Amino acid sequence: MKHKRNFSIIAHIDHGKSTLADRLIQSADLVSERKFQNQMLDTMDIERERGITIKSNTVTLPYVAKDGVTYELNLIDTPGHVDFSYEVSRALASCEGVLLLVDAAQGVEAQTLANLYLAMEHELEIVPVVNKIDLPAADIDGCKLQIDTELGLPGDDAVCCSAKTGEGVPDILEAIITRIPPPSGDTSKRLKALIFDAHYDAYRGVIIAVRVMDGGLQKGDELRFMQGGTVHKVEEVGRFRPERTACDRLEAGDVGYVIAGVKTVAKVRVGDTITHEGWQATDVIPGFEEALPVVFSSVYPVSSDDFVDLADALEKYELNDAALVYEKDSSAALGLGFRCGFLGLLHLEIFQERLEREFDQSLVMTAPSVRYQIRLSNGTELMIDNPHYFPDPAAIESVAEPFIKASLMFPERYMGAVTKLCLERRGENTRYTYPVPGRIEFTVELPLAEVIYDFYDRLKTRTQGYGSFDYSFHEYRKADVVKVDILVNGDRVDALSLIVHRDKARARAVNICDRLKEELPRQQFKVAIQGAIGGKIIARATIGALRKDVTAKCYGGDISRKRKLLEKQTKGKKRMKMVGNIAIPQRAFVAVLKSSDD
Amino acid sequence: MFDLDLDDRTEPPGLYVHVPFCVSRCGYCNFISSTRLELRDAFLQGLEREVALRARTWDGFDTLYLGGGTPSALGVERLVKLVRSLGPLGVLPDASWTLEVNPDDCSRELLWGARVAGFQRVSIGAQSFDDRALRFMGRRHGVEAIEQAVLWAREVGFREVSLDLIYALPSQSLGHWQRQLEAALRLQPDHLSCYELIVEPDTPLAKAVNQDKVQMPDDEQRRALFLAGAERLEGLGWVHYEVCSFARTPAHRSRHNLKYWTHTPYLGLGPGAHSFDGFFRWWNHGSIPRWAKNLADGEAPLEAQETLDAEAMRLERLALGFRQSGGVPVKDLQGPPVQLRAAIEDGLLVRQGDRVIPTRLGFLVADGLALRFA
Repeated sequence: MKHKRNFSIIAHIDHGKSTLADRLIQSADLVSERKFQNQMLDTMDIERERGITIKSNTVTLPYVAKDGVTYELNLIDTPGHVDFSYEVSRALASCEGVLLLVDAAQGVEAQTLANLYLAMEHELEIVPVVNKIDLPAADIDGCKLQIDTELGLPGDDAVCCSAKTGEGVPDILEAIITRIPPPSGDTSKRLKALIFDAHYDAYRGVIIAVRVMDGGLQKGDELRFMQGGTVHKVEEVGRFRPERTACDRLEAGDVGYVIAGVKTVAKVRVGDTITHEGWQATDVIPGFEEALPVVFSSVYPVSSDDFVDLADALEKYELNDAALVYEKDSSAALGLGFRCGFLGLLHLEIFQERLEREFDQSLVMTAPSVRYQIRLSNGTELMIDNPHYFPDPAAIESVAEPFIKASLMFPERYMGAVTKLCLERRGENTRYTYPVPGRIEFTVELPLAEVIYDFYDRLKTRTQGYGSFDYSFHEYRKADVVKVDILVNGDRVDALSLIVHRDKARARAVNICDRLKEELPRQQFKVAIQGAIGGKIIARATIGALRKDVTAKCYGGDISRKRKLLEKQTKGKKRMKMVGNIAIPQRAFVAVLKSSDD
Repeated sequence: MFDLDLDDRTEPPGLYVHVPFCVSRCGYCNFISSTRLELRDAFLQGLEREVALRARTWDGFDTLYLGGGTPSALGVERLVKLVRSLGPLGVLPDASWTLEVNPDDCSRELLWGARVAGFQRVSIGAQSFDDRALRFMGRRHGVEAIEQAVLWAREVGFREVSLDLIYALPSQSLGHWQRQLEAALRLQPDHLSCYELIVEPDTPLAKAVNQDKVQMPDDEQRRALFLAGAERLEGLGWVHYEVCSFARTPAHRSRHNLKYWTHTPYLGLGPGAHSFDGFFRWWNHGSIPRWAKNLADGEAPLEAQETLDAEAMRLERLALGFRQSGGVPVKDLQGPPVQLRAAIEDGLLVRQGDRVIPTRLGFLVADGLALRFA
């Protein structure tokens, strides 16, 4: 056991985590040059394209140290986004130490801090690494100073490297074995293994990534998932090198995988404890949480005929995304669809992109919503995340909405812009500190509803890309929210309804009306687009009647062209959704539902 | 299964000959036409072959329409030769013969020759009665040439004179258009075709518009111009029988064009010409050499052909019907009945027996009406 090291790399987005992981894998000669590709551990196209890690991955690296001993290094990659902070925490619970990566040119960012706190919570050994020292803008000394002052870690002990050129990588490997402690644990105790990730494999079912804390497990064992309460028989255990490689046994301190005939990832809960059915551990590994969706949106096929395809795609998608929850939903305007719950806005975006790309679906998604706590006058409490079910305002006693605690970091000169943004988004209890001169760490309590509505984009724009952001759920607070309906010639377009703070209702309604006005084809009659709270109109846009449309003369006998145009338009019309007597093209929904421009 | 509409087939077919030559191209035009006048003889030769090819299956035409391009660009000798070459097709003795001419190559001699050859109706591409506007459009003639052409046409005995006018020119005012119309009316035509200037892709006009060199009138202005023209002519008792077409009396309507709009069979000869036999529609290659080569090889010079099933015919009746005073059979309309009531209440359609007829306001939204009831 003393020749094993389990570690993670944590970093702010874009600070070079995946590149460093690539470099470590390469230095262990695990992957032939031919098979090697950048972002080795990021197996999804979206991950490679966006340069982010969505699903964590793990790899076991053999390493011959300077002392001549062969070590087994388990690199547990973590998702790099706040939406997946629970997954990050489970990955960290599987480690004894972390490499905390800081970009030499950008310095400490909000997520660096958030990750540091997470690592500290798990009492991990933290090895600061200054990355990208090859950049012309690299400020190694400044970075070390920041690590000292902002992170409270000995900056001089930081390892400097360039994951891109490979410079300093051997030092990192040495630091891993000298500074990160070997795992503790007792192979003779009852089995306790932590599930920190799960993937779906079309041939083998769910591949469960585990860190064995105590005891050991092997093929044929009967396992109990202590939180899930299910029992499975082990078909195979093994390690990631980085392909799955079967082995005889996994023991305390080991990181590897278990295949146990589980059909969907939804059955495997990250954070759960695995033990032997016949010789059960007495307690579970602490820190388990149910993944709770916080952002909700309805998804519809662009063409209603494709509902069955969408249902099929969702079923397949779900195999590999345990965090997604969904149920059937229907809209008068968009037909049958699904109400889906996500861990955050990025999760939602990834879902949308993967469905469109990997499953070839054309989707319309409704405005994302948070889950509101509603107390009715008769004392009943409801959790509402779908405007469709928002109760009659007269019956509501109070509504509460989720607040988050956000941490933002940015150069001092953007103070005004960020303060303004936070105020616009109903931020409360703002506090700020200057961890180093010139940089501000800003904490603010924000309604989640305001954050999921393009907050991050706005922050990036207003800080010219220098602002970073991290958040965690805080609490439910009383809020004055209303349901806004959008009416087209008096008929409600249910797919466009939204729940929004009363102060924002008018602005949002005006925005939607204006967008809809741009997108709706002109009709031969006047069309009124209205935003309303109950019976009260709060926004209005009018599309004047189209009083002339006849175009080219019909010269000669070329009538076919005219007919074909009509055929095409008729087909287009069939794909439109009728609201009252107005056909609304699907692209209008797509355009309106895309988040707003200022 | 097939709606043959046998009534329509009792109507004799129309014959169209496309003369794909112009002395120069106008800035707004995207019709099939060439300025390579040296191809004119090859064209006549090809036409003779095409006549021979079609004479086996077609005859009994009661309209002949020579359009283009500019048929007058042929010159009188070739024109007479062309007419003679149509002999095998059996154009009926009382057929309506129309010749399109361009004022600038329309000599008295050409008109006289055409009259002698059998044409009684001449359609003159006047376009405007403002020399500046004519220059803007890239026309080579002036106002005087138009007036001269009309005079000569009357002199040599044409029974019907039609004038083409173009409105909705860049920044055209209502008054300007009204003056053009009055100038045309002073020449006492029997028929007027008033075409809205459309920016066709890949024309010099389109380029000018894209470069913001000219400002086209917006829909409201186009609508006002259209209504002013229609009101004036109908006020004089003229018949507004199709979106762009006005006749002094019902008898002066273009018998040939009506065939296109009522699904009466027509045969089109020449590059790019379209034909319809009640069931199939086909069209020729637009390239003169290609068309000529096919014919020289004894092949039909077809670019494409299509079969019109009942649904295609219905859609065409909608696409065409709302553009003309003949309207559309009610049985062709689809969609909720409330749509028809609304269109009638909005003053776009009137009901006449088992047909709906577009009003003047209806003409303006003919495309939308077709889509609404498709």
